[in-house]
Amino acid sequence: MTLTLESVSKTVGREVYIENADLTFETGSKNVILGRTLAGKTTLLRLMAGLDKPTTGRILVNGEDVTGMAVRKRKVAMVYQQFINYPSMTVFDNIASPLKLSRMDKETIKKRVYETAEILHLVPLLDRLPAELSGGQQQRTAIARSLVKDAQLLLLDEPLVNLDYKLREELRIELQQIFQRREAVVVYTTTEPAEALMLGGNIVVIHQGRILQTGPTPEVYHSPATTKVAEVFSDPPINYIDGTINGNRGTIAKDISIPLTGHLEGIAPGDYRFGVRSNHLFLQPQGSADTEIKATVELSEISGSETFIHVRHAQTPLVVQESGVKSRRIGEKVSVFVHPERLYVYDLAGDLIASPAGPDPAGGAGERGEIPQNRGCDLRLRPSGAALCL
Amino acid sequence: MNKWEDNKAWFLVLPVFIVVAFSAIIPLMTVVNYSVQDIFGPGQRYFVGVEWFKEVLNDSRLHDALWRQFLFSGLVLLIEMPLGIGIALLMPKKGWGVSASLVTIALPLLIPWNVIGTIWIIFTRPDIGLFGAAINSAGIAFDHTASPLHAWITLMFMEVWHWTPLVALLAYAGLMAIPEAYYQAARIDGASAWATFRYIQLPKMRGVLTIALLLRFMDSFLIYAEPFVLTGGGPGNSTTFLSIYLVKVAVGQFDLGPAAAFSLIYFLIVLLFSWLFYQALQNVGKGEER
Repeated sequence: MTLTLESVSKTVGREVYIENADLTFETGSKNVILGRTLAGKTTLLRLMAGLDKPTTGRILVNGEDVTGMAVRKRKVAMVYQQFINYPSMTVFDNIASPLKLSRMDKETIKKRVYETAEILHLVPLLDRLPAELSGGQQQRTAIARSLVKDAQLLLLDEPLVNLDYKLREELRIELQQIFQRREAVVVYTTTEPAEALMLGGNIVVIHQGRILQTGPTPEVYHSPATTKVAEVFSDPPINYIDGTINGNRGTIAKDISIPLTGHLEGIAPGDYRFGVRSNHLFLQPQGSADTEIKATVELSEISGSETFIHVRHAQTPLVVQESGVKSRRIGEKVSVFVHPERLYVYDLAGDLIASPAGPDPAGGAGERGEIPQNRGCDLRLRPSGAALCL
Repeated sequence: MNKWEDNKAWFLVLPVFIVVAFSAIIPLMTVVNYSVQDIFGPGQRYFVGVEWFKEVLNDSRLHDALWRQFLFSGLVLLIEMPLGIGIALLMPKKGWGVSASLVTIALPLLIPWNVIGTIWIIFTRPDIGLFGAAINSAGIAFDHTASPLHAWITLMFMEVWHWTPLVALLAYAGLMAIPEAYYQAARIDGASAWATFRYIQLPKMRGVLTIALLLRFMDSFLIYAEPFVLTGGGPGNSTTFLSIYLVKVAVGQFDLGPAAAFSLIYFLIVLLFSWLFYQALQNVGKGEER
């Protein structure tokens, strides 16, 4: 199945929820919609499901217009942020509910329910009511309900956001495996860059109802087309340093000069905005090519086994990600090191001019792992739940 | 000193204990005291054991009042619960209509109970009442002061008009608390409006409906002011409910002993039925077969 959104817009009153979305999804593909809260992710899913009608534009399935078609006639399944199950039905009946309406015989229903319950480890719980389950089990039941019928479109709206960290990790890995076996278009929304990276597949970055960038997830991570995409797709947010390029000389933060090598070579002279993710800022030099930025510590924040050190160089605030739990005194003078070939270059309108050539420039962050470029992205999962793409 | 005596928490409980003692325990024990004694005057009292209870339990007029009371409460619940839920389902869910309908529906609840009776006396008067005069001029001789059936009909209308809003408001609050995602899930499953009501709205309203049912049962079972003002228990004894009869015995005939015994039985009946309803509602729909 091919699901196509053709210049779809959704406005409610005067508010624009979705603006001119053009998207195509293929069977067997895994798609992540990444955006902050209220970016329009849920609206987009509702439009795909047919729960809402687009204000303008068309939705096509295999080239056929289904814009006005009722939801129940489409082969759609959806999992929500809240754990949605029928409260007075047992887990068995809950899972069976989508099948009962399709006039399937009882034996087949039973077989299907048991198969699905098996995958989600729900077999011992089939006689319980949703209220008698833990949050994770309730969400498993909801996921089982969406998997039991052969939906061609499987939509998951931040399904793991209300679960605790441990359960989230478990279920995410299970979901990965389930998606792999599905002959369906899987669309998964999230606010977390780390989750998007772990799911991989294709990504749609959305902000304030507008689609900013689409493409394979690691590719978009490595070349965010605009500063907005880079912000949405970085946690902690990407750091920006204003600077200029003048012939063969580059300057950042007014007075720090950087060599114009690698991807920085040949950029037209002018004012630019340089972006660098906090995992590419270091408090110790990593190589001879590193540029030093003198700064003052403003805040040091511990997240899992990571420490985010907020520093300031003149007018420029920066966040440095340090591994391990380290405390830095507020007001302490530090030197922040960055490899110039790690810098993203954006023009003042926010469009990408140049991005680091490979995930790992020569002499760069060797200790953080060398990754062959064609693998795109290697993930390191951290106890805090954050993932790092190197 | 041991832990029990040293426990300062007792001082913190004391104010509540005093309030509850004066508002509930002491009055209740006074009633218990009356129910086992025959009192002629100050200093002239005799212990009679369960004599008054026996007398009250064999009182045929009390039996009549009790059945009347059950009939009344039963009808009230049968009409008001479904009607209240129905109104709640029809009420707008967003926009200016929400506050408009809430205020309109809550109006009857704001009127003092004895005024309600007076309003309906005037409303149903055959000579000048809007309803009474209209229906009489249409050829139906309607007079709640003369016909027991008409008295009941008037009373039921008044009761439903007065208290259905409470059920509707509670049910509405329950409905509004259901996340939108439930309805979406039902739509994706292709569930009918009835199935959505039966499997999502009704189970989700279980809590508020339990409260509504208990409140309506207790209030209707203890009803006094409205029928007292409207019919005074008549015509005959046709609308003499338990509390009206109780007041007649206690204040009218000044039989404090039987009245006290009767009060205790009355209290136990309300308690028993409230408990039964609560248990039933907690368990309904839980043991459904596959």
